[in-house]
Amino acid sequence: MATVVEPRIAPVKNDNLWYASDSMPPDMAPSGPIAEMWDKHRFEMKLVNPSNRRKFTILVVGSGLAGGAAAATLGEQGYNVKCFCYQDSPRRAHSIAAQGGINAAKNYRNDGDSIYRLFYDTVKGGDFRARESNVYRLAEVSVNIIDQCVAAGVPFAREYGGLLDTRSFGGAQVARTFYARGQTGQQLLLGVYQGLCRQIDRGMVKMYPRTEMLDVVLVDGVARGIITRDMVTGAVEAHAGDAVVLCTGGYGNVYYLSTYARGSNATAIWRAYKRGALFGNPCFVQIHPTCIPVKGEYQSKLTLMSESVRNDGRVWVPKKVGDNRPPGQIPEDERDYYLERMYPSFGNLAPRDIASRAAKRVCDEGRGVGPGGLGVYLDLADSIKRLGKKVIEERYGNLMEMYEQITGENPYEVPIRIFPAVHYTMGGLWVDYNLMSNIPGLFVGGEANFSDHGANRLGASALMQGLSDGYFVLPSTVPDYIASTKFKPVTTDDPAFKEALNETNVRVKRMLSIQGEKTVDDIYRELGQVMWEFCGMGRNDADLRTGLARIPKLREEFWQNVRVPGEGAELNQQLEKAGRVADFLELGELMFIDALHRTESCGAHFREESQYPDGEAKRDDENFRYVAAWEYNGADKPVLHKENLDFEYVHLAVRSYK
Amino acid sequence: MNLTLKVWRQKNAQDAGRFETYTTSEADPEMSFMEMLDIVNQDIIRKGGDPIAFDHDCREGICGTCGVVINGVPHGGHGTTTCQLYMRHFKDGETITIEPWRARPFPVLKDLIVDRAALDRIIVAGGYISASTGSAPDANGILVPKPDSDAAMNYAVCIGCGACVAACPNGSAMLFTAAKVAHLNLLPQGQPERYTRTANMVAQMDKEGFGGCTNHGECTAVCPAHIDMSAIARLNRDLLAATLKGVA
Repeated sequence: MATVVEPRIAPVKNDNLWYASDSMPPDMAPSGPIAEMWDKHRFEMKLVNPSNRRKFTILVVGSGLAGGAAAATLGEQGYNVKCFCYQDSPRRAHSIAAQGGINAAKNYRNDGDSIYRLFYDTVKGGDFRARESNVYRLAEVSVNIIDQCVAAGVPFAREYGGLLDTRSFGGAQVARTFYARGQTGQQLLLGVYQGLCRQIDRGMVKMYPRTEMLDVVLVDGVARGIITRDMVTGAVEAHAGDAVVLCTGGYGNVYYLSTYARGSNATAIWRAYKRGALFGNPCFVQIHPTCIPVKGEYQSKLTLMSESVRNDGRVWVPKKVGDNRPPGQIPEDERDYYLERMYPSFGNLAPRDIASRAAKRVCDEGRGVGPGGLGVYLDLADSIKRLGKKVIEERYGNLMEMYEQITGENPYEVPIRIFPAVHYTMGGLWVDYNLMSNIPGLFVGGEANFSDHGANRLGASALMQGLSDGYFVLPSTVPDYIASTKFKPVTTDDPAFKEALNETNVRVKRMLSIQGEKTVDDIYRELGQVMWEFCGMGRNDADLRTGLARIPKLREEFWQNVRVPGEGAELNQQLEKAGRVADFLELGELMFIDALHRTESCGAHFREESQYPDGEAKRDDENFRYVAAWEYNGADKPVLHKENLDFEYVHLAVRSYK
Repeated sequence: MNLTLKVWRQKNAQDAGRFETYTTSEADPEMSFMEMLDIVNQDIIRKGGDPIAFDHDCREGICGTCGVVINGVPHGGHGTTTCQLYMRHFKDGETITIEPWRARPFPVLKDLIVDRAALDRIIVAGGYISASTGSAPDANGILVPKPDSDAAMNYAVCIGCGACVAACPNGSAMLFTAAKVAHLNLLPQGQPERYTRTANMVAQMDKEGFGGCTNHGECTAVCPAHIDMSAIARLNRDLLAATLKGVA
């Protein structure tokens, strides 16, 4: 069991934006050789007698790969599980939108893959800002995930002999990615959802769809429940339990435009932060290189073209600045296949952060294509010639269809246009090896935690982490916590629940009472612009300070001048959105502070002041080889705790893909 | 683009509901249908009104949350979800009628939002393979012929939007139910529960009040996942077998 952060010892003022602290909760990673850690830990963890399990209630928030799998597996074990999601059905969690695939160290191709290599690639891909022990476990259980999914009926792509097919993905030189056409996330999520339905059928899981978590409740410093709002009736309710598991996804929607579902939000993790949970590396945001470019101001959402298309597509822009001939008229020798040129060994499969920055660079040089010059070509022509249209159709059929619907262009005839877009957040609530936050009883899984991807996530690793946390890690560590904790009986009559209920009700009423001039979207869009412009792909001190200065003004504008129509006690989509935006308006500020404090470049976080002469990111291991874990400090400045990262197995090295 | 919208407005499940008319001059052919509704809503809010409630989430055609009846056709009739329908399919000056899914098992919650929990309950009744976590054999220990795997995938891509129900003159959920039955029953892993699954899911479908299938084919015509009626043939075959085996 993790200990709570110790009281701060003489906070030191630092740059006037935050306090620094020397204390940090332990990471709880077992000792011994890394390859034996998880096995050893599983043996050492305490168990709950099967007949006692039903006496414990576990509240799981979120029903995606991590939350759905955790809820189903804990239900299967015999615990009393309540699972909450804001969607109308658990089958709609945004894991469903993942396209390309899921990594696993099966080495079915006999191409030199191993658990150790997946571990190595993930630590290196994350630019040495992840905890080795967690990443090793992730690589280790990756093989069980594929077994589990196949047993549950996930129709992965197969070869003619009936064996599973795999493909290669960005940041790896082996073909370890399992896939189901361009809908891998959908098929994995439906597998999880069906397992969850089985437990609902057995009466082990009670599902609460269209229910949004608005607060976490601590009794004597321990997580004992949550506050929710029924999105149909508007009723604000309390739920008590013995452990709370947050699997509520990432916070990329702070940028307004992103590849996230419109409803994806940070409220659950932000409320937990405000109750004392540490927030790890908030500025680590993945900008995905292959999204369909922005079209107009009305745009509500950006759509991804799976990175797997980079397997068969070549990325290029014209060599000449301002060359606006149609792509077909630009001869071969006047094209710059810049990824192949700059990164010959990885070429079009360079990791996401590197590919995104390269795209930004060529567009900044004025060589971008399409409206506004904010795009690059992803050209399938060579592959169509080599493999035939049918094979490409089989591999990416649904993506091609989607691209055509969105752009009105036929991708089999004209090269696809892509541009980077916000896609994933590596940051999230800080957790220890058991995936428990510094608040006892509060567990965090999937994208909502900060853990395994460091400063940059490799393609096809999010699905792996979600299912690793949900199927295998949480169902071991949550019972260990339950077995080793003496629970004081708590009901929702406890004053802590009453107080939290009251705070939530007051907040809802306040938002409805402002009745100002601006719509929620007016302010939200402005926030998104500030985040993208000043805390986007390239960051520097001056920009970050400019952006940071604008956030409090926006927040004030929101609380003085927003107009939320309707009432609280009804289905009110504007009210839902207002609550989420109010939290983004606070989270954005912490992201700026985190980005300002980390003056090195690492992974997705590129500080323009910290680069090599060739423009590659320059990491500063001497000063920043740590996880920044931020503590909420009321109206005062946040407190920075540091988890130092030791690399015993993967040796610190400049991350080169040349 | 100038558009006139006739939109179904209904405060809650108890309200009788009615059409109301809105106009916009700010629509753009490159906008998605949802983005067009966003703009109309912003205008309603600025004028002090209550915006139109409609379900949507991923806005990339995969989550299955969105779905309205557009000019009498679920999702508007271009082989996509509502969120992937672009305004270039409409004409300047057109009047567009927008309604919620209409089916007895889908009560309207507000405006264009319906409750589709009945579809979840059909899956809960048996739309799964009982594979407890940790008990799986090596993934390549189960060989699946590629044609079977590909066919299973063709059915597994159902997004659960419910357009099939909304399009069916009988309000049947047959295509939805059959897609899951066909997906799981085609795979070797799905065989042990094949007939009980089929019988239980069909029984639940009937219990929810969905109508029977009389092979109109309206369902497959509007299905954004392009699931064809062979799914229903497969379901019927397995239901017959289940009856003969005494399971149904």
